[in-house]
Amino acid sequence: MAKVLVVTSGKGGVGKTTTTAALGAALAQRGDKVVVVDFDVGLRNLDLVMGAERRVVFDLINVVQGVAKLPQALIRDKRLENLWLLPASQTRDKDALTEEGVGKVIDELRTRFDWVICDSPAGIERGAAMAMRFADEAVIVTNPEVSSVRDSDRIIGMLDSKTVRAEKGERVEKHILITRYDPSRAARGEMLTIDDILEILATPLLGIIPESQDVLKASNVGTPVTLSNVDGAPARAYIDAARRLCGDTVKMQVPTERKGFMDRLLRRRAA
Amino acid sequence: MEAAAKSQRQMVRLRGRSYVAFVFAPTVPILDWLQEIDATIARSPGFFAGRPVVVDLSSVDLSQSGISHLLTSLQDRNIRVLGIEGVEAARLTPSMPPLLSGGRSCVIEPSAPKKVETKKPTSLLLESPVRSGQTVIFPEGDITILGSVGSGAEIVAGGSIHVYGALRGRAMAGVNGYTSARIYCQKIEAELLAIDGFYQTADDIDEALRGRPAQAFLQGNAMRITELN
Repeated sequence: MAKVLVVTSGKGGVGKTTTTAALGAALAQRGDKVVVVDFDVGLRNLDLVMGAERRVVFDLINVVQGVAKLPQALIRDKRLENLWLLPASQTRDKDALTEEGVGKVIDELRTRFDWVICDSPAGIERGAAMAMRFADEAVIVTNPEVSSVRDSDRIIGMLDSKTVRAEKGERVEKHILITRYDPSRAARGEMLTIDDILEILATPLLGIIPESQDVLKASNVGTPVTLSNVDGAPARAYIDAARRLCGDTVKMQVPTERKGFMDRLLRRRAA
Repeated sequence: MEAAAKSQRQMVRLRGRSYVAFVFAPTVPILDWLQEIDATIARSPGFFAGRPVVVDLSSVDLSQSGISHLLTSLQDRNIRVLGIEGVEAARLTPSMPPLLSGGRSCVIEPSAPKKVETKKPTSLLLESPVRSGQTVIFPEGDITILGSVGSGAEIVAGGSIHVYGALRGRAMAGVNGYTSARIYCQKIEAELLAIDGFYQTADDIDEALRGRPAQAFLQGNAMRITELN
């Protein structure tokens, strides 16, 4: 039973691509066969975060338009043998995504993989609409700030009306993933609280990813954060989120400020 | 005297008006065509009853007596001919219906059997939250929402609006001039409230009410928002 999962948010820069790569790697590590698909045509990033930018030959648009066959465009991850990437085209724009073409590609991916994870571009236009169009489940990436939460609310409205499932009268299963959660700012009351976010969005929580240097470092070296620093707080939070996606019951960890002596020492040194 | 005589003159007013008529275009042989008409009448008697009919003769070449015969045949079938088109005036006698020109075709919608009108309910119930960017418009009556209305969402109702959750977006009640409409919500955090065009934005709403159950209604020409308890 293949599942098509869209990672979306409405707002840009909240961590969709990081989340796609991290969840994809975490699910692949569990033994599932996973493909991550970049829908950000024209501004692709997922290839960089996955560290596969130098191996892109054919892309999603080539497959949509029938120029290349799907196996020619799929790039196998060098670290995990059951993790694959379908990159976006950097030279085209979102208008090249046709509903019929995307539908065919998704159908073919469903036959080959356990998880098809679609990395949505920001916005609510064609790219985002196509990324969510065929989704069975959605991870809505939200930062603890009002603008991000309102954009997420807008995207949830679209998931409930503009997807194939919604049009058939079925439901897209939705999960909120809160990223860039800063425990020290939360303690000072400078961010929306988890409860506020969940109250506004009225959607179940999948996980809370703490703000961390690990994430930036991992992106810069082209490794999903769940592979680069497995014991780091963000990696553990992503691995827990992936387990919840698979139906496991995992206790929700709300990140708290670390006050240990060693931590303070290390933080100062890092700064 | 002259003025009085003038005032007695009646002005003749001519007005143009257009009507929709069936156009019959007989084909040769006329007898077969008449049989076809008979079959239609047999299937639905009264199909042509009381309907004005224009006969288009452009596809047949009939003599004056031929036209006369055709008109009588139609008359026998209770079909009343309003006018004739597609033939030169010389072939018509003064007793025949007048020659028409300049007709335009239009779609005649078949009159469907009248449905038993079920009375529409005058309220709309939504069982899920209304999300940012969504608009719900129901000019016919009340809207009830079991859930919250997100920031940037819009609810427009002809009657009252009931929100069993937080109202964070815009709510406009009584849009058709229904001044008794009210807006109720469990938690007021609205961006804008309006009743029959009188509105208040978030800035105008009393800070003390924020986040509390509230109702908005019109009192004269002013909107009042009070706590609901």
